Amino acid sequence: MSKHTLSVLVENKPGVLARITALFSRRGFNIDSLAVGTTEHPEISRITIVVNVIEALPLEQVTKQLNKLVNVLKIVELEPAAAIQRELVLVKVRADNETRSQIVEIVQLFRAKTVDVSPDAVTIEATGGADKLEAMLKMLEQFGIKELVQSGTIAIGRGARSITDRSLRALDRTA
Amino acid sequence: MPMTEQATGAHHPQPRPRHHGSQTSPIEHVTGAKSLIRSLEEVGADTVFGIPGGAILPAYDPMMDSTRVRHVLVRHEQGAGHAATGYAQATGKVGVCMATSGPGATNLVTPIADAHMDSVPLVAITGQVASKAIGTDAFQEADICGITMPITKHNFLVTDPADIPRTIAEAFHIASTGRPGPVLVDIAKDALQAQTTFSWPPTNDLPGYRPVTKPHAKQIREAAKLITAAKRPVLYVGGGVLKARATAELKVLAELTGAPVTTTLMALGAFPDSHPLHVGMPGMHGAVTAVTALQKADLIVALGARFDDRVTGKLDSFAPFAKVVHADIDPAEIGKNRAADVPIVGDAREVIADLVQAVQAEHTEGNKGDYSAWWKDLSRWRETYPLGYDLPENGQLSPQQVIQRIGELAPENTIYAAGVGQHQMWASHFIQYEQPATWLNSGGAGTMGYAVPAAMGAKAGMPENTVWAIDGDGCFQMTNQELTTCALNNIPIKVAIINNGALGMVRQWQTLFYNQRYSNTVLHSGQDCEGNEAKGTRVPDFVKLSEAMGCYAIRCERPEDLDKCIEEANAINDRPVVVDFIVHEDAMVWPMVAAGTSNDEVMAARGVRPDFGDNEDD
Repeated sequence: MSKHTLSVLVENKPGVLARITALFSRRGFNIDSLAVGTTEHPEISRITIVVNVIEALPLEQVTKQLNKLVNVLKIVELEPAAAIQRELVLVKVRADNETRSQIVEIVQLFRAKTVDVSPDAVTIEATGGADKLEAMLKMLEQFGIKELVQSGTIAIGRGARSITDRSLRALDRTA
Repeated sequence: MPMTEQATGAHHPQPRPRHHGSQTSPIEHVTGAKSLIRSLEEVGADTVFGIPGGAILPAYDPMMDSTRVRHVLVRHEQGAGHAATGYAQATGKVGVCMATSGPGATNLVTPIADAHMDSVPLVAITGQVASKAIGTDAFQEADICGITMPITKHNFLVTDPADIPRTIAEAFHIASTGRPGPVLVDIAKDALQAQTTFSWPPTNDLPGYRPVTKPHAKQIREAAKLITAAKRPVLYVGGGVLKARATAELKVLAELTGAPVTTTLMALGAFPDSHPLHVGMPGMHGAVTAVTALQKADLIVALGARFDDRVTGKLDSFAPFAKVVHADIDPAEIGKNRAADVPIVGDAREVIADLVQAVQAEHTEGNKGDYSAWWKDLSRWRETYPLGYDLPENGQLSPQQVIQRIGELAPENTIYAAGVGQHQMWASHFIQYEQPATWLNSGGAGTMGYAVPAAMGAKAGMPENTVWAIDGDGCFQMTNQELTTCALNNIPIKVAIINNGALGMVRQWQTLFYNQRYSNTVLHSGQDCEGNEAKGTRVPDFVKLSEAMGCYAIRCERPEDLDKCIEEANAINDRPVVVDFIVHEDAMVWPMVAAGTSNDEVMAARGVRPDFGDNEDD
């Protein structure tokens, strides 16, 4: 099994996300994480999908099937080495007068932020790659994690090139 | 009540060509409903199969005034969907069906799924509850876009009447280009009722839809090299060749290379059955020669075919020696089931035309394939294991013989539509298909009940051709109500009920794999109201049933009456004809590759495994 990060540019229309997730489920592909948002162009949304690929269903099938969706404009696989990948975590950790300073120290080591404090809990915001966040959560586990929420991965390629440029031109042609 | 042209059955043979010019028609101020009908007129839809109901009702008012769109009022929306499919398969044009919201729309689900599996260009138009009511569980509301998402090529929900012309144009464009398929357009009732403007042609807005039709020259050259270098090649031809209207090109390629041709169930008629290079249909019930040719091939050239499980049998033992050239217009088919050595994305017609040139170039350089040893094997298998059947010993009608004689006695250019099951396989075996678009069936989905409505649609689109539905008694009981539609709309199809009193294909599996325990496959068994055993009764009586629906109906029970009955049916062309052929119930479809086994295990007949002389070859 291997993980791949796909950036999917789609038309910003109702129901497009449902078409994509339904395609994954009916074709037996596994979504590891999913993040959707607008782009610099109001007519284009960008979906970042981390997909778990098994041998029997290679990545090529995923991208070919996605490409057949009429609302999908472009699919780019972002290689980890050539892209920045980020996730956001909000985590509520049990804390008292004894442990609070230890927790804050860990937060600082991971360059995370404390965003809320109450007498028996600290809420931490952290961004980063999956590895860093996993390491931080492991360190926090000993204090007791009361609640954890995690965003899907978003990713962008390194360097000056933009993957939206050409799709924008396609949109302009049909407008 | 005299409605539109549907009552006269008048046919509009020439659809208006799609508007391609830059001229835009003057703006008309109309309702959304009128805009829909105007769009259908402009896009060239000459026939619509459907049933009105609450949400689609506004569209039926302007429909009444249209002289360019013929509406055929069916009896069940499933019939509308299959009729549109039959129309599309026979004419090559986009089939259109229409239904109201909720149950009307959900009744279209089966034919839409069927068209999706067989890549049939279909546009389904459904009414939807008013846009304000969407999502409130309103009366007759169903999320038909959500429901049909996995079984359409694309679908649209229209809530703004201004979007109607563009959406209809896009729907027809998507349905008919690239790999064809069904497109559903769901239109909210208030959008149909509102005032809007109409002008034609609209501008398509499909930035994400760019089917590739032109094959890559390097891949074509690569394929031509493999073809001329191969010793045991097979041209494995699928439905894509028919959809691309590439049959003339295919004949040239086959004769140029001299390679054997096998046509799948979806491709019957793409290459003449009588042609010496044709080795038959492959697959679970394919000809021994075709199945074995693929198994022993060193090169498979797949043209518009998708390595379906019914063709490959157990995939990992399929064609173990073959390199694969796979040409398809849908890139996702290439490498999906079987890895391709030379992938070619493109329209089958362009691919084959380019292949012809590339192979000619190879020949000019002196590289010509020598398949003489291969043809020696193929010819031996073909002579030893032809398709055949035994006549029943008890003197009953043989279902295979009935179907064979229908084919032999049929007028020229007859179109056949089959249901699903044994009769479908026999119709694929014992009727000679020489022309494209003369064989309609439900291949991918295997939809029982396809035959009668599909035949109706084919006849509506091709009124000059004889159309025979080859149906089973199980299938017939699913959709026969459309015979009423045929009788009332001057659509005189002919139906052969291959009546063995059972769900024959399922029964065959029970015979072979379930110790002859015939659980729920005998259609005329059970107990009547008094508790008496009802087996053997003719319930329903298909002759009476058909007569009640306005058909001419006869029954044929004895082999000596067979030709007379078929000729009688062929002679009547002023109304639908139904012939109830009472046939032997134990006839089985052979050859057969049992599900899940390797194609090496093909059985020519029960207990007969062909001898391929493997030892001599070694």
